[in-house]
Amino acid sequence: MTVLVTAAGFQTTVQDCGRVGWRPFGVTPGGALDAATLRLANLLVGNDETAAGLEIASGRVQLRFCDERLIAWGGGRFKVKIARDSSPPLRCACVAPGESCEILATHGRAWLAVSGGIDVPLVLGSRATDLRARFGGFNGRALRDGDELPLGARTQSELRIAAQITGRLANWTGPYSSPAAPERMTTLRTIRGQHWTAEAGAKLLEGNFRVAINSDRMGLRLEGKTIPRTHAGMLVSQPVTPGTIQLPTNGAPIVLLADCQTIGGYPRLAHVISVDLARAAQLQPMDYVRFELTTLGFAQQLARQREREIAIFRAGIRTRFA
Amino acid sequence: MTISPLGDSALLVDFGDESSSAPELLDRALSVAAQLRRAKLRGVAEVTSAYQSVTVFLHLSDIDALPDIASHFERQIGQIVAPGQRVKTKGRLIEVPVCYGPEFALDEQRVTSATGLPFNSVVELHAAGEFIVACIGFMPGFPYLAGLPEALHLPRLPAPRARVPAGSVAVANGQAGIYPFESPGGWNIIGRTHLRLFDPGKTPPALLAPGDKVRFRKISREEFHHALASVEVR
Repeated sequence: MTVLVTAAGFQTTVQDCGRVGWRPFGVTPGGALDAATLRLANLLVGNDETAAGLEIASGRVQLRFCDERLIAWGGGRFKVKIARDSSPPLRCACVAPGESCEILATHGRAWLAVSGGIDVPLVLGSRATDLRARFGGFNGRALRDGDELPLGARTQSELRIAAQITGRLANWTGPYSSPAAPERMTTLRTIRGQHWTAEAGAKLLEGNFRVAINSDRMGLRLEGKTIPRTHAGMLVSQPVTPGTIQLPTNGAPIVLLADCQTIGGYPRLAHVISVDLARAAQLQPMDYVRFELTTLGFAQQLARQREREIAIFRAGIRTRFA
Repeated sequence: MTISPLGDSALLVDFGDESSSAPELLDRALSVAAQLRRAKLRGVAEVTSAYQSVTVFLHLSDIDALPDIASHFERQIGQIVAPGQRVKTKGRLIEVPVCYGPEFALDEQRVTSATGLPFNSVVELHAAGEFIVACIGFMPGFPYLAGLPEALHLPRLPAPRARVPAGSVAVANGQAGIYPFESPGGWNIIGRTHLRLFDPGKTPPALLAPGDKVRFRKISREEFHHALASVEVR
């Protein structure tokens, strides 16, 4: 079974939780920029958390389903409609055969899960699209109008969920306190990097940066302020990871995101903490961002707390539909 | 050896403070990476090495009960990497056939004028050397090769080329490299190989791994086209 992409939007990609284990070969982890939201959406439609869904960045996306499916979405400020009914975030909705789902992006990014998952082939253990290396996802590229995406088989858990929905929308959702929403001004919490200096650090923490137009899934390029150099000359290349704030020689910092390269030779001034990468995923050009300093221990505590929240969400849905 | 956090979900083990030569530091990093992979520590998602460092990426959800993640791993890594417990890593020796013809050596003129050497001497030096893969990065499968003869140490191009063909063999910043895909790039291009450096359908996906040794072998234009045709048929 398939879903037909009648309108592809701009830079809509198939994503899952990313590829683990291939960094030694230069393969980026990739995957949904806010994997937590995709995982919740998957749970709502009865999928495994690791199923592939769509990451939608901007424009208008329209999908036509050829069989009955459950969908759920979460993330940015989006308007989602199934036929004439609007579909709120993090709520499971039922789509009948032949019906269309229209997604209008206003601000930020969103993730859409479809029951059965987007069943593109696994490449190096993941269905995520690696846009730069052009593999994974749907033919290694962003979606285009007219693409027909394969869907996985309907599962028992999906059928149990569908049986309890009367009408369009489920009258329940899971308990989750803090989905990241887009803001014109976003604060990202950071911890110091290996090349942090008092002078450069103070500049990073003072005032706002603007998100530049050439930002993408590899990184947020920031402008509006120049940070003094922390090191003269080239550094020996060392690993970087999503969240790393690199400081190129022009003094304009780059916050690396999921599709970042695996090593880099620029100073690593600081790192955005893991849980705030979901907020970073909502930033688009012309938005503003400021940075705060926190501690490694607190960042790890928040990351584990988020995992516990997802575990409670998962348990809640399992209990309800056992 | 220093251990410092790389964000909240990884630890960087850096040997840059040890007064050793670059090849010794690389050997140390490769050896430590092998030891840490073999140890299969709970909560470790993957281990990578680059030049003089090793990075341990963590799965925070697998270590939910630990009160202090950073010091736990520092202690564990410290024990595994205790001095005197070196693991000898044995990289493979891989031969990379290269055609250095003018249609492939896009920067022949720049390289000859910057080095003051005729191009056939550049080729001889490049093909005589034994290189070691210091790390893979920049793009999937791109090897950073240490061991370039000093006479071929050149800066990057002043502005990167918009389109470097796949298989281009290059030098810059005291290193050699090979472009797995067509992409933008700023290194000096001196030849091309028909070998496929990265294939996501294979396991492992890259032809080369950190620690492998590489030799370049000069081939003729005819050999290159013949080899390329047989690669494409496959």
